[in-house]
Amino acid sequence: MLTLDDLLLEQGDFRLSADLTVTRGARVAVMGPSGAGKSTLLAAIAGFLAPTRGRILWAGADITRLAPGARPLSILFQDQNLFPHLSVEQNIGLGLDPKLRLGRAEHARIDAALAQVGLDGMGRRKPAALSGGQQSRVALARTLLRDRPLLLLDEPFAALGPALKAEMLALVAGIASAQGTTVLMVSHDPADARSLCPETILVAEGRAPQPQPTAPLLDHPPPALRAYLGG
Amino acid sequence: MKKPLMLAACLMVASPALAEDKPVLTVYAPDYFTSEWGPGPAIEAGFEKSCGCDLRFVAGDVLPRILLEGDKTAADVAIGLNTDVMARARATGLFAPHGEDVGRLTLPIAWTDDIFLPFDWSEIAFVYDKTKLKNPPKSFQELLDAPADAYKIAIEDPRSAISGLALLLWVKAVYGEKAGEAWEKLAPKVLTVTQDWSTAYGLFTDGEVDMVLSFTTSPAYHRIAENDDTKVAAIFPEGHYFYTEVAAQLKTSKQPELAQKFMDYLLSDAFQGMIATANWSYPSIIKPGFLPEGFETLPRPEKTLFFSETEAEALRGPALEEWRAAFGK
Amino acid sequence: MSPARALPAALAAMLAAALVLAPLAAVIGRAGGLSALTRADGAALWFTLWQAALSALLSCLLAVPVARALYRRRFPGREALIALMGAPFLLPSIVAILGLIAVFGRRGALNAALGTLGLPTLSVYGAHGVILAHVFFNLPLATRMVLHGWQAIPSERLRLAASLGLGPAEVTRHLERPMLRAVLPGAALAIFLVCLSSFAVALVLGGGPRATTVELAIYQAFRFDADLGRAAALALVQVALALAALALAARFTLPAGFGAGLDRPGAPLPAPGLRRIKDGAAITLAAAFLIAPLGAIALRGLPALADLPPSVWHAAATSLALAAGSTLVTLALALPLSLAAPRARWAEAAAMLPMAASPLVLGTGLFLIARPVVSPTALALPVTLIVNAAMSLPFALRLLLPEVRSLQADYDRLAAALNLTGLARLRLLTLPRLARPLGFAAGIAAAFSMGDLGVITLFSDGRTQTLPLALYALMGSYRMDQAAGAACLLMGLTFALFWALDRIGRHADPR
Repeated sequence: MLTLDDLLLEQGDFRLSADLTVTRGARVAVMGPSGAGKSTLLAAIAGFLAPTRGRILWAGADITRLAPGARPLSILFQDQNLFPHLSVEQNIGLGLDPKLRLGRAEHARIDAALAQVGLDGMGRRKPAALSGGQQSRVALARTLLRDRPLLLLDEPFAALGPALKAEMLALVAGIASAQGTTVLMVSHDPADARSLCPETILVAEGRAPQPQPTAPLLDHPPPALRAYLGG
Repeated sequence: MKKPLMLAACLMVASPALAEDKPVLTVYAPDYFTSEWGPGPAIEAGFEKSCGCDLRFVAGDVLPRILLEGDKTAADVAIGLNTDVMARARATGLFAPHGEDVGRLTLPIAWTDDIFLPFDWSEIAFVYDKTKLKNPPKSFQELLDAPADAYKIAIEDPRSAISGLALLLWVKAVYGEKAGEAWEKLAPKVLTVTQDWSTAYGLFTDGEVDMVLSFTTSPAYHRIAENDDTKVAAIFPEGHYFYTEVAAQLKTSKQPELAQKFMDYLLSDAFQGMIATANWSYPSIIKPGFLPEGFETLPRPEKTLFFSETEAEALRGPALEEWRAAFGK
Repeated sequence: MSPARALPAALAAMLAAALVLAPLAAVIGRAGGLSALTRADGAALWFTLWQAALSALLSCLLAVPVARALYRRRFPGREALIALMGAPFLLPSIVAILGLIAVFGRRGALNAALGTLGLPTLSVYGAHGVILAHVFFNLPLATRMVLHGWQAIPSERLRLAASLGLGPAEVTRHLERPMLRAVLPGAALAIFLVCLSSFAVALVLGGGPRATTVELAIYQAFRFDADLGRAAALALVQVALALAALALAARFTLPAGFGAGLDRPGAPLPAPGLRRIKDGAAITLAAAFLIAPLGAIALRGLPALADLPPSVWHAAATSLALAAGSTLVTLALALPLSLAAPRARWAEAAAMLPMAASPLVLGTGLFLIARPVVSPTALALPVTLIVNAAMSLPFALRLLLPEVRSLQADYDRLAAALNLTGLARLRLLTLPRLARPLGFAAGIAAAFSMGDLGVITLFSDGRTQTLPLALYALMGSYRMDQAAGAACLLMGLTFALFWALDRIGRHADPR
């Protein structure tokens, strides 16, 4: 269970308060107008932004002061999810051991993860030799191996075409159900939210409230969301 | 004569004595002394033949190091000091009398100092290539009066090079009150001023300048070592300024007998007979056979000019200002 | 910054700062305080300032077209020319002076050519000569730094620019100008600081005492006037100037903010005819300007190479060993400092300080400190090594810093998210991505140590002789031909070292 306890985030003039709980295994969309603070919220949970006030708890344990890599989560950014000078294998291997001490067993797991995301035999390539969709798959394969209970998606598939994006989201959903992962996903697309996330956090007007059921929210959007969705 | 003038103070003390039976005599000397091409190796071999000791040179800026070390200095003897620093060295009270009979010296000037012992000497002079410079100046005055484009000269900076300082005093000795005017006439012919003797002499041998401020004995090197007699010093009837290198023993020496032996050695025939080609300068005692062929035939100035230590100390500050003013225009 | 990363940086900063400030304090203590500066010192300060500023400005301005041309063009010998770009500023000043004068002097090649054509000859002596010499020394460094900047623009941004149909002016505005804004202040700062402590070169090319620099004034205070207090006061002024310049450069530096690319092979934009000609002219002129004096040194020295006595070769071996050690120390200091510098101004300041140190004051101060504790002779080699390393530290930092900035901007987040820390981060992220500037910095450090004379003479015992010291000894005993041979050997070895390390860096670069 993820709890944001009376959290206050500040960046210059920008303020966002969050007080909410996400149940374990939930899949939650984070929606809201551009600039409302969706990415900021994820950055704080991931440990890139220290809150001014409040606590972040996972399963009752306070993780507010933990280093990003030590938190029980994986995050996929909009870009820069891979090191361009490392091979696909190494990029994925970092998920198993940041020191890249990879034995036969680890290589087998990497190969399996590659197969699971449909990239058999591409382990030796460099990211530049992959398509955008393939790069996303590599990053996903790494989260698969890291096997953290919480997955934060900060629009990693925004640059992909609709079909490809749907495919990736389905892959995420598959992995999440198989591993029981809790997913928080920034989304601009109501359809994505409806199909993947039973619940939604509506970030608007400096607040990130408790998740609400997605369908009713989208069916009867409050004014801020309505303006954003374009009626 | 050689001009080392390395940049920066060379601050070293002697390495600790090795576990040997022989006593060690520590001699502070300028950098150029101890190189394979300096007089150091010959002096070391010559002295060790008779002293039953181990002579150790410590190369660097001799006086600055002794000034910093004070009475804790490891030096028994300092060699290679120039007249410009003698007053300062004397003022430390660290040096002991040399105990030699200065009446034996055959210098072109009278030397009565009982602490600093000259072991070789020369005079400063403008050196040129006679195959390239067809109308060399026959006197200092002719040099000053020549048109700006007649000669291009490289001189050393008096603030960083002893030969440059000697030139200041030379002009002062010849022109006295009118030294400032003399500098104003000389300045247009000075192509450039260098930090050290080596750069100036390099500009000369590379053909960039017609004349270089060097020594009356410089041509001897070219004659003897290179068999080249095209390099000559312009000898002026007004006289040339004296340049000498001196040695002195330290009061704090733990080896006073050895140090005294070394001072004796400096005036010995063995030393004086080899210093001419070892340091390309005149020995301070000239006996028949001490000057190799090539030295003997060097033209000699009629007059050798020299200021006493106190005169030189008083003159150099104002002389530097005159020099700077002439080049400021 | 985590403590694990801050600690080595703090240690390196303390070492660099102590190396500069402690000797200065020791000299002030010995002098019993500072003495007032003279009017002549004021003039020296003014001359030093404006010649250094102008040299830095001109070197940087000229470096832009040369670097752009080298970036855009592919031609035989390009790699060699880029490699050669490290050479001039690493030559001992006496070698460089004679090389420059062989080309630009009264009897030099340029005036000989002008005379043949019936044109009036030019005099190199004067303020313009000082600037010319300083540009000769520093244009290569500036060019390399700017070229690195160009190569660091991700090819994705260039493709974007091309796809948007941006013309040359727009590319300049949106890509090149931000890059230059990020690179040039640092380059100018480094050159300004180098020229600040210039001495022998400024005096000779300046044609006399009008070209008196602060360093020469320090020399005079030490040697001519025996005024330690004034020497220390001047040295303090030099340090203050360096810090002011550092602050100024920091104000003008803006991060380029290109974001990361995917290391796709860079594709310089194809350029139309007129720019081809401009590029060709920039490359030809720069190459001629840099290569001619080096060629003159080589021509003069090559015939004497065979006649060099064995002691010169021994000295060369000593110099090589010293260079190897000092390179390692430089990198060990520069890496933690440059990694800390984007977040901690003190790290950058500490790394840049040694450039403002006067060798004379440094040597005297170190001696005063060491003397009561231990015989300085015993410290000769380690002190030489560490001081040499500290002297090349500022260059290493300037080369590393831009790439460290983009490395951290691009990958800090991802590395943190993956818990990539400590040695693993160094091995998997920092070293591979910094291989290129590290190799270049290592080359500079090695070559700097080879050519540096001021430092070795501080603690020379007259027995361990380095190549520059042997060169001076040869000149000091009239052996000008052999000295030319030694100069040629020194230039060759220095260049070979620089080239090899630079090349290792480029090969180790995974891109």
